Parts: sequence; C-alpha cells; structure tokens
Amino acid sequence: MIQDVIIIGGGIVGCAIARELTRYHLSVLLVEKHCEAGFGTSKSNSGIIHAGHHASPQTLKGRLEWAGNPMWDALCRDLGFGFKRVGEITVAFNADEIGTLEHLKAQGDQKGVPGMEIWDRARLRQEEPNLNPDLVAALYVPTSGVINPYEACFALLENAHLNGLRLVMNQRVVGVRAVPDGVLEVKTLDNAFYSRFVINAAGLFSDEIAEMAGVRTFTLLPRKGEEYMLDKRLTGFVKRIVFPCPTPVSKGILIIPTYDGTLMVGPTALATPDKTDLSTSTAGCEEIFAAVKRLAPGLSERDVIAEFAGLRAVADTEDFVIGPTRLKGFINVAGIQSPGLTASPAIARMVAEILQAEGLALVPRDDFVPTLRRPVRFGKLSTEEQMRLSAEDPRYGHIVCRCEHVTEREVVDAIHYGARTLDGIKFRTRAGMGRCQGGFCTWRSMELIARETGLPVQVVTKRGGDSWIVTERPAEAEAEVELREAVPC
Amino acid sequence: MLTARLNHLEDNYDVVIVGSGPAGMAAALGARAAGANRILIVDREREAGGILNQCIHTGFGLHYFKEELTGPEYAQRFLEDIAAQDIDVLTDAFIADINADRRMVLMSGIHGVRVINAKAIVLAMGARERTRGAIRIPGARPAGVLTAGLAQKFVNLLGLLPGKRVVILGSGDIGLIMARRLTLEGVAVEGVYEILPHPNGLNRNLVQCLQDFDIPLHLSTTVVNIHGSERVRGVTVAPVDAALRPQLEKSWEVPCDTLMLSIGLIPENELTRKLGARLDPVTGGPVVDSTMQTTVPGVFACGNVVHIHDLVDFVSQEAELAGRCAGEYVNGRQRPADNVKLIPGENVAYCVPHTISTDREHTIYMRVKEPLEKSSIRFGEVYEKKVRYVSPPETVTVTMRPRFLERFHGEALRVDVRAQQ
Repeated sequence: MIQDVIIIGGGIVGCAIARELTRYHLSVLLVEKHCEAGFGTSKSNSGIIHAGHHASPQTLKGRLEWAGNPMWDALCRDLGFGFKRVGEITVAFNADEIGTLEHLKAQGDQKGVPGMEIWDRARLRQEEPNLNPDLVAALYVPTSGVINPYEACFALLENAHLNGLRLVMNQRVVGVRAVPDGVLEVKTLDNAFYSRFVINAAGLFSDEIAEMAGVRTFTLLPRKGEEYMLDKRLTGFVKRIVFPCPTPVSKGILIIPTYDGTLMVGPTALATPDKTDLSTSTAGCEEIFAAVKRLAPGLSERDVIAEFAGLRAVADTEDFVIGPTRLKGFINVAGIQSPGLTASPAIARMVAEILQAEGLALVPRDDFVPTLRRPVRFGKLSTEEQMRLSAEDPRYGHIVCRCEHVTEREVVDAIHYGARTLDGIKFRTRAGMGRCQGGFCTWRSMELIARETGLPVQVVTKRGGDSWIVTERPAEAEAEVELREAVPC
Repeated sequence: MLTARLNHLEDNYDVVIVGSGPAGMAAALGARAAGANRILIVDREREAGGILNQCIHTGFGLHYFKEELTGPEYAQRFLEDIAAQDIDVLTDAFIADINADRRMVLMSGIHGVRVINAKAIVLAMGARERTRGAIRIPGARPAGVLTAGLAQKFVNLLGLLPGKRVVILGSGDIGLIMARRLTLEGVAVEGVYEILPHPNGLNRNLVQCLQDFDIPLHLSTTVVNIHGSERVRGVTVAPVDAALRPQLEKSWEVPCDTLMLSIGLIPENELTRKLGARLDPVTGGPVVDSTMQTTVPGVFACGNVVHIHDLVDFVSQEAELAGRCAGEYVNGRQRPADNVKLIPGENVAYCVPHTISTDREHTIYMRVKEPLEKSSIRFGEVYEKKVRYVSPPETVTVTMRPRFLERFHGEALRVDVRAQQ
C-alpha cells in the first residue's frame, strides 16, 4: 500500500504532525525506533512552554515559538495532558542585567507577547520570597507554562491513532530512496514502506535520514543538557519558572516548578559528539547547583531524587531546518532545538501547509475526533471522589506507587493504552517517579504488565531492547534468552 | 506465613498502627498489653511481617528471644501472638493521608478508599533505601541499577535474579547479606566498594558474608561512572582522597551487568510530615519523648521511622514500649512527663529518645560519628560507661537508671563519647 505521508520519528514534532495530518482525508504512517513515543529528546527536556519573548523574531524558531505558544491551551483541553501556565521570571542581580531584562521585554513587545512586567526588588521579594534577597529586579512574563512533554507525546499520538494513524514502533529506518512513479521508499530493518511524501522528523538523527535520502544540507551537533529532580518536600518553593539573565549562548540554568509539583533544576548546555551519550556528570551537577544556589540559596544537592540528560538536536545553522528538499516529496523538519517543544504545534501546521504547497490535497474530515478521554489522576482527586471511584472499581483502592499514590487501575489503563515497559508506565502514570525511585512499585508494575499482556514477567524491560530487569536462575537461563528474543518490548 | 485479610473494617479504632513490620507487630502487642481494645494494623504489602519476610538469613532474635532465627521465623513468632490476641491486620492497604486529629484516609483493593479514626496512632512505616539520585552517581541511565533491598526481594521472594555479574556500592548490611546471597545463587559478585575508609556494616556480616566467600571489599573507593545504554555493561570505580573526592586519574573499569546499591536507609516519614510532627534533622525521624510519643499528642513512633536500627531486636524492644504507651494514652493513664533533655555532644550523632524522665529507667539508643577504641560514654557528670570499641554502624545502648540521676537537678544532659582517660 502506498501511503500519502510517512513520518519518520515519534518525538513531539512527529507526534504533533501526525495528529495535525489526521484531520484530513489522508493515509498517514509513523515509524518510530523506540518502543514508546517521545523516548528520544522529547522526554528529557525542561518541559517548558516558552513565553514567546526569548527568541528573536528574525529567526524561524523565534516566529514559530510565539505561534506555537497559544496553541497549547486548546491541545491541553482536548487531550488532557499536564500543562499549566505558571508564568516565568528572569531575574537580575545588577544594573547591567536590568538592561538585558529591558531588551528582552522590547523583543517581547515587538512580537506582541502580552502581560509582561518589570518587577522591582520589593515586588520580587513578595512574589518569590525564597529567591536570593540580593536580586534587584525581574522580568515577569505570564505566558510561559510547564508541561509534561512525554504526556503530550503520548496524547498526540494516541489521538492521531484514534483518528486512523498507522503506527510502526520498534523499527529503525535504515534507508530512504525514490522508487518509480513519484513514490518514496522507507526501509526499516524488517520492512519497507511506501508513500508520496516523507517527513523527516527524526530528531537527533534527522541529518542521517537526510543523508540516506541523499539530500543532507545540514549537520546536527548534539548539545547535552543535564537536569536534576528534587524531593517533593520543595513543592511550592517557587511559583514560577525562574531564569537567570541570559547570556548570548544560553538561557542559563533554571528552577522549574514542574506540572506535578516536583522542582527540577537545569539544564547544562554542552556540545557532545556522541548522539547516544545520555550520561550525567559530576561537573554538570556542580555547575547546576552552583548556579541555582546563587538564585535560591535554600536549594542543594541533598534533595536530588533523580537526574537525567537529554540531547538537543542543534543544526549547524542554529535555526530550525524546515522545508522541502531536492528529493521531491522528502521534507525536512530538523534541527528542532529549544524552543522546539513550544513551537511543535505551529511546526505541525507549517508542515501541513508545505505539503499542500507541494501538491498534497488537504481535505478536512468531518469525522475527526479532537479529544481523548482524560486519564484519571487518582492521587489528585478529593477524598470524596476517591471514595466514589474506588467503590465503582476496587482497583482504584489498590496502591501501586506509594510515593506518587498511583493506583492499579491507572497502571492497567496505561498498559491498555500501549505501555509495555516500566518507563512506559512511569511516564504515563508517574509510578516510579517519586522519591523511592521504583523501590516499591517496580515489581508491582512488572506483575501488572505480565498479567494484562499474558507475557512472562521476565520479559518486561525498563524501556525495550536489552534493558532487562530480572533474569531467571542459571539453570533456567537458556530457555529465558529465547523467550526474550521472541517477544518485542 | 500468616496472611491476614480483614473482612470488616471499622470507622473508629483505639489504636491504629501503620506498618506490620517488626515495629508495628511489637507495638500492637504492647498496646494490647496496656489494655487497648480495638487495634488495627495496616500494611501496604500483601503479607504481614514487613522486610523480615525477605530476610531469609539468620541472625535475628539473639537479644530478644536469646536464640538465632531467620527473618520469617522472627516475624512468625509475633504474628502468632497477634492472631492469638485477636488483633486486626489489614494488608495490601495504604494510609494515604493523616492529620493531627488522628483521622486517616485508608486505601485498600478490597475496601476501597475509607476514612478511619483512632484515639492513638503508632507510626511504624520503617525506612526506604537511598537510591542512585541521592548520591548522584554520574553516568548513563541503563536498566540494572537497583537497591539491595529490591534485589533481595527479587531473589528471596520471587525466585528471580537481578543480574549475572554484580558490583555492589556501599557496605551497608543489606548489601553484605546480598553479596553472599547472590554468590550462593551462582551470580558473580565482583566486589563491594565503600567510599568511607571504614565499612558500614556489622562486623559479623563482613566476616560471614564477604571474607568467607572471598568477595573483595574496596574501602575509600566509589563508583564514578555507569556505562551502558540499555542494560548496565560496566562501571568505573576510583579511589577517593581524605575529602572523599574521587581521584579520577587512578580509576579503573569493572565490567558487570548490575550495580547494586547499599548506601543507607532513610526513615519513611511522609505521614509524620503530614501530621506536622517535629523531625530531627540528624535521625531523619520524629523527635520522641521517653514514651515514644512524637510532638503530636496521641501519635507515637517506633522502629526505623524514628532512627535506623542495626538489629531488629532493638526495634521490637522500642516498639513494644511505643505500643504500650499508646495503649496507656487511650486508657487515660499517663506517665510523669519528661524533665531532662539529652544533648548529643562530642562524637555523638544522636540519642533516642530525645528526652527522659528522672523517675524511671530508660533504654537510650545512640550512634557515634567516628570509630573509637577504649571509649568512655559520659552523661554529663552523672554517669559514665566504658566501652571497648564504638563505631558508627553499631548502635550503642545505655540503660539509664533513676539512681544515676538522683543528684542531677539540671534540665539538659550532655552526652559525650571520648577516649578513656
């Protein structure tokens, strides 16, 4: 079968494009190499919907940032992922830095970002009393928000799937070429797929995909960012995202009150040649805590519960690379670094327009379903609601994750919506994200995956591939290896 | 193993005990002995007994029962008494919320979400293990990094192995026990790495779990990097200097598929915080008086919730007192209030309880900061106890008798551990 469009990559950009294209009478296929959506760069970023004033309107990323920002309210309303406009402040320690705040505000005014205010010391102290008392001013911008980016990926993809998207997971693309009759072939290790248009949304690897297609015009230079999650006791420590004054190369190291209340600090920004290097480092940790202690002396390494690193897909042009190529039908959506998450719904819109300009007819469907059922977050409900739900389904009374209060029913729902791995459950339900880091729920989640899918518990992995959790005793080991190879994650 | 699944749940109890581990079980028996009627123990695991159920090695009960038992045997003795005393146990259930009016939100797969009330509460939630994040081990984030307690659960309760080639970071007791256990299961244990210059586990475990099995212990050495994108394929270890900074130029790699962490326990005090009880930053547990009552009236605490114990026998002893005092509280009996505060002094990390009373005998549990031979434990000018050797992993217990305090009229007693004169 020849598809209308194949999307390579199920990160936030691929998922947003997939959902956008399923609004039309089109056959769309998405190919993802991981076993879950968003498991590349998308799940390990800062989770910020940027306010709109950071990037210059002269750049594509600057324009798409501000175009994407307002689109998140409707997406969140329809799809029910975690998103909250908490606002942000950029803080200044001296008169020079106040100058930078004024420049940022002027840039925002030029783009039409509403509600910006410069706060003096007293106002800042009143609004955010836990910040360094030496701070002299802040630029407050109400339009920025915090988001659970992995939830946004899952929700966009699930909604696209509901609207007819074909999904191929666990398959890495190894070749892209033109075949006769204006058709493009996308090869994975096991299969070949055909379409008239191919969207290269392969994140960090989009330069390699472009190379396969013979039309590489850019190079990606991964830039690593480490982030550290802090214990929930610090929930409410800051109300808004806190930025230091930016430097020409970086927005700096931030204090982020994430959607679920956990404080996150980071990221670093370090060029790295290795696209698989997701390691955290002592130097990164020291850099982050030196920076955040300056912003808020009450923060320290003692409260770290988890850390991770992500790689930004930075193009050598330093801007997004979006558009058609010399290969007819092959469209790049590459170099999507910050503010890529914010921009992604606007990128999806732009890609639809490019496809139309390239000759694809976009006929809106009248049976498009824009909404998803809202996942229940049992721990966030009132006791009365909890009592009512648990009376209807006792699995709501049964705790799986003690730190985040995730119930059996929520985990079972996640499995039925596609989670097959511990990380799949973790990023859908928060089971395992709390301060004990899976000490209690690891086994319970493994057991539920096994029970709900009928697979033996030994084949459950952390995140697919060779990320096994347990093995059998040596005498039984041989049979187990065969079993694991037979069952995809 | 005795499984308790309660069919009928009341709305009101005399004493609710959170946790059915060694602390909760002994507290329940103590409360019953003091005359409390309606007692409920709530536990989040499927079977009562707490962590003892997965501790299938021996070494339990030498103090309390004067004989050597396995963990499940030790638990069984208490559970039989609990059954005989007709104390209700609800397992696979969870206290999600609690307040100082002693109102609790209970979650159960059988009873759903319920609100229950108690005249007294005993907090006996135990401890959780420190994880990778707590010490910020740099490196990749593959599968195969887990705590020793989770590894123990996999092996002893579920019959599964956490890996085939294991490196252990931290020389805590659970790690040492698991080094032996995994070796017996045919797993290659490459070594135990401890950042401190002295081991963190009991001496008997160093001998019986490492030396007897030729497992190397590398002191003043730590893991500085984790390798592997999907599953662990090795770690980098390096010696540390006196300030515990790794000397990376002297590092080396150890191939393995599993990194097991035994880097300490943290008292589990989510509920204690919700109650608004005062916490001791050193123990990580609530401040308790000599009846094991927290700063919230009617709420008592015992076991690893209060401070990390190295022997379960002491947990039972302390918890029995907490339960007894909770029972007395319910029945309106009150012991004279404490009148002396204990102040940790030289080489003393903490003392529990935090206050004592001059009218009765107390067992005081202490932990020292540094190992010291031929030491002298002094309580101000009133009492001195000479001890051959003290070290941080081993709790020091002192029995404080009223006669020692006969001529003491102060409000605070400083406790010091110094070299003998």
